[in-house]
Amino acid sequence: MALKSRHLLGLEGIERNDIELILNTARSFREVLDRPIKKVPTLQGQTVVNLFYESSTRTRISFELAEKRLSADAVNFSSSTSSVKKGETLVDTARNIEAMKIDTIVIRHSSPGAPHLLTKYLDSNIINAGDGAHEHPTQALLDLLTISEHHPKFEGLTVGIVGDISHSRVALSNIHGLKAMGAKIILCGPSTLIPREIDKLGVDISYNIDEVIENVDVLMALRIQLERQGTSFFPSLREYHNFFGITRERLEKANKPITIMHPGPINRGVEISSDVADSEHSVILDQVTNGVAIRMSVLYLLSGGQNVTEQN
Amino acid sequence: MDFKFKAKLITSDDYKRIITRLAHEIIEKNRGIDDLVIIGLRTRGAFIADRILQKIKEIEGTDVPTGYLDVTLYRDDFRTRLKQPDVQVTNIPFQIDEKIIVLVDDVLFTGRTIRAALDALMDYGRPAKIMLAVLIDRGHRELPIKADFVGKNVPTSIGEEVRVKINEVDGEDCVNLVEQTGGDN
Repeated sequence: MALKSRHLLGLEGIERNDIELILNTARSFREVLDRPIKKVPTLQGQTVVNLFYESSTRTRISFELAEKRLSADAVNFSSSTSSVKKGETLVDTARNIEAMKIDTIVIRHSSPGAPHLLTKYLDSNIINAGDGAHEHPTQALLDLLTISEHHPKFEGLTVGIVGDISHSRVALSNIHGLKAMGAKIILCGPSTLIPREIDKLGVDISYNIDEVIENVDVLMALRIQLERQGTSFFPSLREYHNFFGITRERLEKANKPITIMHPGPINRGVEISSDVADSEHSVILDQVTNGVAIRMSVLYLLSGGQNVTEQN
Repeated sequence: MDFKFKAKLITSDDYKRIITRLAHEIIEKNRGIDDLVIIGLRTRGAFIADRILQKIKEIEGTDVPTGYLDVTLYRDDFRTRLKQPDVQVTNIPFQIDEKIIVLVDDVLFTGRTIRAALDALMDYGRPAKIMLAVLIDRGHRELPIKADFVGKNVPTSIGEEVRVKINEVDGEDCVNLVEQTGGDN
């Protein structure tokens, strides 16, 4: 089996078979992470460049570890210490790096569509590690893998996504991924943070967190982006917490345990209370571990085989 | 590529006898089952390993630790193969340090799979010894690798293929020899 595309740009339009292949392969790689020697020689001789135009801890380290666990050579780039400061364009930077004979580029950029642009100019495999408020496909895939470890089937499953939907690439990728797998989605948050017409993607919308908690199996809290607080989408963080914060009191009203997820970094006491983040139903750290396995799976599937047909 | 049936190498009854003999040989060569562990190579080697384990248990009355290894990540043809193989789960739930490992596979051919398996095992620890048991040895080695226990030696030509079928995967126990009849290659 092989993926339909040699790039991973987003989960919009991806087929269920492709998602299942990535998840199954990741389950095998998950085992590698528990070995005494956490490294396999599969991608020996391949070079992956992590092109990060936005700050990131988790995603960058996760990709770098995935590359190293597969024995690929990993090179890191961050825009703050590069020629970008001297005025070089994205395409020029990427072309120059490609001229040094590399195989794969992992890119994070604040502009939606930056990874798609690179596919037009480069021959390398491109992996989107987050482009603006557009998509973050590997995050959604690791969320799917984590959900599947706690819930046997996506059909009949309801997932609530709570928080700043408007600025969230995690939410958008998850919506596409969960829809493809057959799950039902409820979005929740202040009306200023839920984009108009998002219901056209086939999701339900609620402005009442208690109503959402009654109906979901999985609850995904999104980070309230404190750096955006200059532009006020809601009066205060405390008010946000009062209306939309996921707290133990709220969860105790549900008639079944709800799996709690968060893509990180967490603002404790804002979108989620500290005791919920550390509770037995929280799978937040499993998400992080699964992230390495998912990225290994994607790197493996994009790099191997020659029957991968050109798409995009 | 098209193939035509050439000969039945092993029938369902032969299967049972071969497994029984392999189990006895493994016990005899190691003078018992102390420190012995069995590791089957996915896919079909894993099921053959299970059967050998079952037989050893019948003879000796105790279990031997058994694990399963997928060597996809260690293959040397990752970049050149036309089709990308699916990665399966490796499961070796015990320490292999100082153990005697009997590696089990269905067909020994070029030896490259076994080379990959040896590399993989070295990442898990330092076994005292690794031995190899195979159902069929069809020759044409490309590496200096030899089996310690062989179900059946079958001299083949390079255009032939040995098709091992096992009940757990294919619904029947048998081994057939097939021959390539043109087609594209």
